[in-house]
Amino acid sequence: MAVRALWDSTIGKKTVMAVTGLMMVAFLFLHMLGNLKIFFGATDFNAYAAWLRTIGEPFLHFTWYLWIQRVVLAVALVLHIVSAWQLSRRDRRARPVKYAHGLRPQASFATHTMRWGGVIIAVFLIWHLLDLTVGAVNPNFVPGKPYQAVVADFQVWWINIVYIIGVVMVGLHINHGFWSAAQTLGVNRPVRDVAIRATGTTVALLITLGFLTVPIGVMTGLVH
Amino acid sequence: MNLTLRIWRQPGPDAGGSMVTYQVSDVSPDMSFLEVLDVLNERLIRAGEQPVAFDHDCREGICGSCAMVINGRPHGPEQTTTTCQLHLRSFRDGDVIDVEPWRARPFPVIKDLVVDRSAFDRIISSGGYITSPTGSAPEAHSILVPKPVADLAFENATCIGCGACVAACPNGSAMLFTAAKVAHLNSLPQGQPERESRVLSMVATMDAEGFGGCTNTGECAAACPKGIPLSSIANLNREYLHALRAGRA
Ligand code: SF4
Ligand code: FES
Repeated sequence: MAVRALWDSTIGKKTVMAVTGLMMVAFLFLHMLGNLKIFFGATDFNAYAAWLRTIGEPFLHFTWYLWIQRVVLAVALVLHIVSAWQLSRRDRRARPVKYAHGLRPQASFATHTMRWGGVIIAVFLIWHLLDLTVGAVNPNFVPGKPYQAVVADFQVWWINIVYIIGVVMVGLHINHGFWSAAQTLGVNRPVRDVAIRATGTTVALLITLGFLTVPIGVMTGLVH
Repeated sequence: MNLTLRIWRQPGPDAGGSMVTYQVSDVSPDMSFLEVLDVLNERLIRAGEQPVAFDHDCREGICGSCAMVINGRPHGPEQTTTTCQLHLRSFRDGDVIDVEPWRARPFPVIKDLVVDRSAFDRIISSGGYITSPTGSAPEAHSILVPKPVADLAFENATCIGCGACVAACPNGSAMLFTAAKVAHLNSLPQGQPERESRVLSMVATMDAEGFGGCTNTGECAAACPKGIPLSSIANLNREYLHALRAGRA
């Protein structure tokens, strides 16, 4: 009953978006921290990647944890996108006629780019998975040797640009999304507002900068 | 002052409409915006034309009738000011001012600047009240209400149901309005028995009326003539999720 009511209401769908969004932010934060291991060299980084496959052993079989996490994140992503899609359609229907004198004084760039930015992030994500998880579009991809694949990747100028744009879009998305999630889940209150906004911006900045250090590291020759 | 007004004219609900340009000259900076429309309408009537239809009643900022979007902002450029309390001193001589009706599917245009806001009435009638008979104003000490709670309830009770929040929202969302009513009634002792059913059914009606969802952009609170804060929407979400958990859905 409650689950049905949740999914059928606008507030409910926003709640789904908030929870799944926060799950993905948590994952991105850990992903970013893991990426930084690249600065310790190929052996460390590849060993870290191999270790990810052994999490939970011996209780879990080899790579099971990774697959569980992948399934959970995929479900979260699908729910996030479906909710966003359905809510956006409803929102557009609710405002069929534009103002002749259009103004949106409050909206920041991040707020403006939530929908299209989200689509760009989705496209970026598909490419990123094909590039560095599956390796389908990466000629230098060898399973078990992610360090070499990453370093070869960021030698190519356009891959750097695609990656940087993707990561910056993710940062902007989180900057609005984190506070928005706090608002949707009802945990925001006037006395916490500034702290929650600041936390969201800090998390967005840390994730963006953390991810950007890898291509910058390769470009500057720090990682080779 | 001389002004150029570009006003949305639409003869009826199903007719097409367009922006029509009017010049008004020799108006005083101390006139309210509605008085300028009165001056224009007298002229139009004398010329045998249809006057501009617009809603108005109290003209003192408490009834919420005077709905119009002025230069892209509901109730015009001044913060926490209704159109009837907006004066020409907020504009400059020679300004071109665009005047449009609220734009949202649940608020269809009836004529010119007048829109049908009965969707708000249906939200209220689905839970924006308390069922126990309250009679005349009770003795203030008979039911104790802590000061912060009274302040919160009062702040939200100032909502005049004008619909500027919907008009300002890029999604045509009625969250701020609904949030104000829920915060007002759900925070007071008299509102407790229906605390969960109220929020569930008001939100269900809000959704059924076709209002959009909240994307937390904050245009509503910036446009609200009564300064209902965005935190009321967080409170509405909290009340809603609490009611769902309480199993009242
Ligand atoms: S919340 Fe503000 S803008 Fe919305 S109806 Fe109430 S008074 Fe008007
Ligand atoms: S006419 Fe009543 S609030 Fe403006």
